[in-house]
Amino acid sequence: MLIIKDLKANIGGKEILKGINLEVHPGEVHAIMGPNGSGKSTLSAVLAGRDMFDVTGGTVTYDGLNLLDMAPEIRARRGIFLGFQYPVEIPGVSMVNFMRAAVNEHRKFNGLPELGAGDFLKLMREKKALVELDSALTNRSVNEGFSGGEKKRNEIFQMAMLEPRLAILDETDSGLDIDALKTVANGVNRLKNPENAVIVITHYQRLLDYIVPDFVHVLYDGRIVRSGDKTLAFELEEKGYDWIREAN
Amino acid sequence: MQPLTGTVFHDIMNSDQDQIISQVTDGEYKYGFVTDIDNDTLPKGLNEDIIRQISAKKEEPGWMLDLRLKAYQYWITMKQPEWAHLRVPAIDYQDIIYYAAPRPKKALGSLDEVDPELLATFDKLGIPLDEQKHLTGVAVDAVMDSISVKTTFRDTLAEQGIIFCSFSEAIREHPDLVKKYMGSVVPYRDNYFAALNSAVFSDGSFVYIPKGVRCPMELSTYFRINAANTGQFERTLIIAEEGAYVSYLEGCTAPIRDENQLHAAIVEIVAHKDAEVKYSTVQNWYPGDKEGRGGIYNFVTKRGICLGDRSKISWTQVETGSAITWKYPSCILRGDNSVGEFYSVAVTNNHQQADTGTKMIHIGKNTRSIIVSKGISAGLSNNSYRGLVRVSKNADNARNFSQCDSLLLGDKCGAHTFPYIEVDNQSAVVEHEATTSKIGEDQIFYCNQRGIDTETAIGLIVNGYAREVLNKLPMEFAVEAQKLLQISLEGSVG
Repeated sequence: MLIIKDLKANIGGKEILKGINLEVHPGEVHAIMGPNGSGKSTLSAVLAGRDMFDVTGGTVTYDGLNLLDMAPEIRARRGIFLGFQYPVEIPGVSMVNFMRAAVNEHRKFNGLPELGAGDFLKLMREKKALVELDSALTNRSVNEGFSGGEKKRNEIFQMAMLEPRLAILDETDSGLDIDALKTVANGVNRLKNPENAVIVITHYQRLLDYIVPDFVHVLYDGRIVRSGDKTLAFELEEKGYDWIREAN
Repeated sequence: MQPLTGTVFHDIMNSDQDQIISQVTDGEYKYGFVTDIDNDTLPKGLNEDIIRQISAKKEEPGWMLDLRLKAYQYWITMKQPEWAHLRVPAIDYQDIIYYAAPRPKKALGSLDEVDPELLATFDKLGIPLDEQKHLTGVAVDAVMDSISVKTTFRDTLAEQGIIFCSFSEAIREHPDLVKKYMGSVVPYRDNYFAALNSAVFSDGSFVYIPKGVRCPMELSTYFRINAANTGQFERTLIIAEEGAYVSYLEGCTAPIRDENQLHAAIVEIVAHKDAEVKYSTVQNWYPGDKEGRGGIYNFVTKRGICLGDRSKISWTQVETGSAITWKYPSCILRGDNSVGEFYSVAVTNNHQQADTGTKMIHIGKNTRSIIVSKGISAGLSNNSYRGLVRVSKNADNARNFSQCDSLLLGDKCGAHTFPYIEVDNQSAVVEHEATTSKIGEDQIFYCNQRGIDTETAIGLIVNGYAREVLNKLPMEFAVEAQKLLQISLEGSVG
């Protein structure tokens, strides 16, 4: 589904990604861990198409297509979803209008008719229940005045609405207390199926207690320096990132 | 408390952090077509003889001609104002046609006799003049160039004593009302363009709501400039008697032309005791092309007076068109406990210029006013808010709240705020809040990542920003206005 080969990327002339290799197949959950500044968020931003990063080398193939050639909205419509580490506020734009625009863009792209108001609201209700999102949040402007936890839950709600094939969750656990963390993880697990895949980017092992990965990769200084199964996460938790630093 | 006079000037040009702009507009103006119709036209130029001819064509009584001539004599002593933050190319007032009327096939009795070309024109603009076909609950007066073409639902309204007709008819059929109120809010001496309008105005709408009547439908005038080289000078007069209520809406469009055309209108509103008038504008005159060629010069004087106690006048405007906009819909709060409101969204793109705002003149006791202005600048445009809040000596406990927000798209446009506050009464509370923001790249990217393209994202964000004002519009028009905002900004970001 996703094949990353020797991906290199700069920001402002500074090389952040120094040759990433990664393959993700349907049905898999990958965790990418690493210390601050290792390039985790850059990787997710490059995959989503943020143009502040310059891709200087390598290839990314998604469903056989060159992902790097696609505009960000096309990537999204083809099923790539980024759960933002810092979701932005859009004052005055209600969650209902925002999501309706997003869902209908996806449907148009897939040759489906736009959803009418009634069907759309019904879909919203179902998905809200699925991810345990407080009903009142969707009546407010996008992320405006949301607490940190509400913003993250709102990301998972949007993921539920858009049913991505590949979800990339960028430090979705940061700033969450344990209850919020469980809710978010439950949402992700409920959305999981054999056709889709998830990349969980996290600094800490604790999220992986609830979203159990098939593969764990350690990103350090712009490269994946180690890959393994979920036991690698425990090892990291135990030994800390210094262990990786020393080994490299 | 010392009288307070202040001018604040925020100039936000050439900020560098913005990368979202790259491409100039390719947004299309949808109403740029021309109707090929036989016109009854007076020669170019302005002099007493032209004014006499306009008056004669309209079969006006002598008092009206006298008023026109007085206004003209005053106008020729005046100079075009230059205080606005606008670059106005010299206007040759002798190179304008002051009267152009679609030539009637015969006297208009019923709709069947309106020239089919005209009906088709208004159909094309989305304003069907056939009452059966029209949006229920909206009566329309359609004005093309210098004359009113058709007013719908007149009979239905007349059953409740409501008068809704063209200004020309009002002069003929309700001379006492016209004599009493015309010029009572905006006298011809008020300003240069008011004097010009008073001399040459050719038509417009007249609304009279009798005591205690709540107008059962939205009243609406649709202004269309069609003829080339022609200026449009219309007047609107709205009178709400004690306890009356009316909601009125105007819309305007013009063909795409390379030369500029002048539109100088006057709107006067009189609200008696406990009356309420809500006046909404969706202004979409041709704005000129992306190089700044053509477009309407829109110099308009709009003012309402809350004459009676507890009366209320509310202005809502969505301004997206015109090459130059100069207008300040105002409220004179004479009655005690009267209320004035001004809600505005002004969009400028490409080379458009707008200097717009309001005046709230507090005279009565316990008067209240609210100003919400949302400016949106894109392209190479300049957008200024100019507002005056004046609290007179006897206006005890006057309250004003003003909020002026500017939103910038790109780094080549300008947003300016010129609030004037004059307070002569110690019990007054006047508040002014202002913000300036840019659409963030991170907001656009967030939308992109949800599958929404940049063009649509800008539309969403801008509509969100303007929502507080759009919500004040009657429902049917709020939807139109939303689309219009999006179209106006098409291509403003790359």
